[in-house]
Amino acid sequence: MNGITLTLRTLHRGERRLAHDLVTVAERHRTEHEVHHVATDLSAWSREHVRRLAETGAEHGVTLGDPPGHSPDGVLATLRKKASEAVVHRPEPGLLLLRDLRELHLAAAENSLHWEMLAQAAQASRDSGLLALVSSCHPRTLRQMRWTNTMVKNLSPQILTSL
Amino acid sequence: MEDATDRIARPWGPRVPYGRHETWPARVDTFLADGVEPGAVQRWVQSASILHSDGDAMDIAVADGRMVGVRGRDVDRVNRGRLGPKDLFGWQANASRDRLTRPLVRRDGRLTETDWDTAMGLVAARSRALLDERGPGSIGFYTTGQLFLEEYYTLTVLARAGIGTHHLDGNTRLCTSTAAEALKETFGCDGQPGSYDDFDHADVIALFGHNIAETQPVQWMRLLDRFEGADPPRLLCVDPRPTRVAERAAVHLAPRVGTNVALLNALLHETIRHERIDRDFIAAHTVGFDELAARVADCTPKWAARICDVPAARIEEAAELVGTTDALVSTVLQGVYQSHQATAAAVQVNNLHLIRGMLGRPGAGLLQMNGQPTAQNTRECGANGDLPGFRNWQNDAHVADLAAVWNVEPETVPHFAPPTHAMQIFRYAEQGSLRMLWISGTNPAVSMPELSRIRTILAQERLFTVVQDLYLTETAQLADVVLPAATWGEKTGTLTNADRTVHLSEKAVEPPGEARPDLDIFLDYARRMDFRDKDGGPLITWDGPESAFEAWKRCSAGRPCDYTGLSYALLRDTSGIQWPCDARNPEGTARLYTDGISWAHPDVCESYGKDLVTGAAQEVVEYRSLNPDGRAMLKAAAYLPPHEEPDDEYPFQLTTGRTVYHFHTRTKTGRAPQLNDAAPDVWVEISTGDAERLGLGEGDLVEVTSRRGALRGRLRVTRIRPGLLFVPFHYGYWDTDGGSGPGRGTPGRAANETTVTDWDPVSKQPLFKTAAAALTLVERGDGRPSPAPTTTASAPADPGAAPPTSGGPAAHATRREPAGFPHGHEEGAR
Repeated sequence: MNGITLTLRTLHRGERRLAHDLVTVAERHRTEHEVHHVATDLSAWSREHVRRLAETGAEHGVTLGDPPGHSPDGVLATLRKKASEAVVHRPEPGLLLLRDLRELHLAAAENSLHWEMLAQAAQASRDSGLLALVSSCHPRTLRQMRWTNTMVKNLSPQILTSL
Repeated sequence: MEDATDRIARPWGPRVPYGRHETWPARVDTFLADGVEPGAVQRWVQSASILHSDGDAMDIAVADGRMVGVRGRDVDRVNRGRLGPKDLFGWQANASRDRLTRPLVRRDGRLTETDWDTAMGLVAARSRALLDERGPGSIGFYTTGQLFLEEYYTLTVLARAGIGTHHLDGNTRLCTSTAAEALKETFGCDGQPGSYDDFDHADVIALFGHNIAETQPVQWMRLLDRFEGADPPRLLCVDPRPTRVAERAAVHLAPRVGTNVALLNALLHETIRHERIDRDFIAAHTVGFDELAARVADCTPKWAARICDVPAARIEEAAELVGTTDALVSTVLQGVYQSHQATAAAVQVNNLHLIRGMLGRPGAGLLQMNGQPTAQNTRECGANGDLPGFRNWQNDAHVADLAAVWNVEPETVPHFAPPTHAMQIFRYAEQGSLRMLWISGTNPAVSMPELSRIRTILAQERLFTVVQDLYLTETAQLADVVLPAATWGEKTGTLTNADRTVHLSEKAVEPPGEARPDLDIFLDYARRMDFRDKDGGPLITWDGPESAFEAWKRCSAGRPCDYTGLSYALLRDTSGIQWPCDARNPEGTARLYTDGISWAHPDVCESYGKDLVTGAAQEVVEYRSLNPDGRAMLKAAAYLPPHEEPDDEYPFQLTTGRTVYHFHTRTKTGRAPQLNDAAPDVWVEISTGDAERLGLGEGDLVEVTSRRGALRGRLRVTRIRPGLLFVPFHYGYWDTDGGSGPGRGTPGRAANETTVTDWDPVSKQPLFKTAAAALTLVERGDGRPSPAPTTTASAPADPGAAPPTSGGPAAHATRREPAGFPHGHEEGAR
């Protein structure tokens, strides 16, 4: 295990977690329609990152797993959906939404830093395949961060001044 | 010459052919009420149509204090005297006996008549109480695309600087916000680049999701007249329905709904691959070409053919058509704006024009259309989720400039986040942080998606709902206070059409009963609320339409939509004039971007742009590094699959749309007998193949069900794309026993019972054209045909399946062809 494979493994875990969390947030906030739909779309990016990290890992001699499914835990997902519909007329879930968006942002930021490390390592080791992977994936991680930031910025004035 | 035509049977009337680069000849259409002779008309009063975005100029015939007819204005370059069926017959709804004539307030659960002072006192008292207890974020305004400029501007000032709320948007969110957003993404700023005059010069006209024959029938007359003349245009039609446009098209593509980005990326791929691009234009006026080229490098026609389900060869033909002409005009409407990836797709049409250098000259133009008559004013006045005059809410200098115009502190105008869009305003009402919603001139209980949800929101006890309208609409029936409004012909104001043409519409008759102009209602509210500027003077300093227009001119000064060269007197003297109209362009401006891209510089742009997938906002720093010199931005987008696709339970795709005889939720056109009779009830369109497979036929009563709800209608079998159902969205419940919704023996009738609450993350426009649905037979037809018109895209595949739609003598309009075009020249606006 060298530094690159260690980072690949860490990032693989981070993207897996983000893919899962995006789907979970999408279900929990089903009545926040934009969050629901965009988080679902963005989880596809992280799933693809997981898949491509696993491919690159294989080339570097490490075995990394598959991406999580679209909806990883059926019963819990249904519960989250029902819970979201039950409180559709309440303002308090807004606080939970802001917390979830913050957590997604931090998870994406963590991934972004790991992509940065991989890019630097790829350049230092003249690994053009690895650099190509980072160049194609890292921008989307930054877009995930920008989205969560935008949603926090747009939603927090109303949520935090209306309770 | 003068003769009469049944304009229900022949919506576009007879032809007056003309050749390419010639001036469109005039044809004056007139319709007078039964029994009114032309000599009996005492006055003709200048106006323009408010039943679509075309801006058809017309004069209202007045006799004995009543409207008795209309006549097209041949002096106007938009329509040269022509009127569409809605223009000819729609005015009769103004005199409908069920107009609201007194304010209503809810007492013990029932709407009860009252006087203005009581109703407005209640609205002002509730506003003040909410401001004290919960702050400005508890009050929202949802307006329309059917008031006048002066009214939107007044509403904007009182909402944004008086109340100080973020929550002001129009139903234009449902019809035109993608047009505005696509222009902002590409050109940095809203503003229609092209002009209708481009149709006179175009060689190829590409219509993307735009059934112009039914949405802007007078411009379709222009194209029909060109087809009959020398060097006629060739059409590309992208539409899943067999529209009149599709029938006349050189190439017709009927893609699977929700796949516009894939199709457009393939057109761009072919354009670049064949070097059908203008490298000089790209180098001089754009940024982002390399990224666009890389993005579409793999988007071959074969790739798109699989996604869109159209033959690759047809895509190649379409690409050749738009790629080899020297004069391309493209138009875009709801088939793009209300579909999946709306802004991303609309932007690719902009990209096509930029890489081909098809911009800013006669016949090379781009028209990002809109649907409603005054949607353009909603946008420019800042009532559509923007700041007035296309100012940038993220740019402190722009906010300071606006605050100076209003003589308030910049902090008074909320700009810490983007103005709240309509779908989010309704969400805030749903979760309870918004406690008062003032709805003016629109009917969300029929026009918004997922109606059961909308009705639940509007019916909440804790939400104080004010509805300002002409009739007791489905929405008004759910309100706490109903304010009776005057409509066009009963009040004065200006309106601006889809190609930036400003028209004056003058008062011709008195409004019924105690109904008041929307402007007077807003001014009354502002007085009661005692809104003040920073020096303690009144915030709103005007008291009527003309002084409001003068105030707006000051707000528009130096902005892209500059009105400073216009006045009521000038508009009265001439006819429609295209903005910007200022000291440098006293006759108006036919085309934007004739000499480079003018409003994209970081210091002047309206928006720093958004991510085309996530809608995330860019900041000025990013914008400045991407586009330091203010060029047009070529923004690439990858295709994403739609969020809801057919499955075993809901095997059809479902799209909603329009017919030429109706406007919006039929509040006016359903009260005009000729229009109502032409399309009296909802219907469901299905393809011949699907009908045969399911054993269904013309006139069968079917139920269309989605995950949200259901509606019933009689089936029309057409040449629509297989696998797709179409339902017109016009029909609601005001003329059923249900009143405001289904129930009491009334089944679902509104298309929006079934549509999904999902919107484009960039423009925030809801997706009315990308849903999955099931179809079941309720009962066999009894031999009567479906109520769908036979004259339009809803024509039966078997022409014998239904008798032809006609209006009979009651729909006879006359026409006259003057010898020459009496005024002005072709270019510019006068």
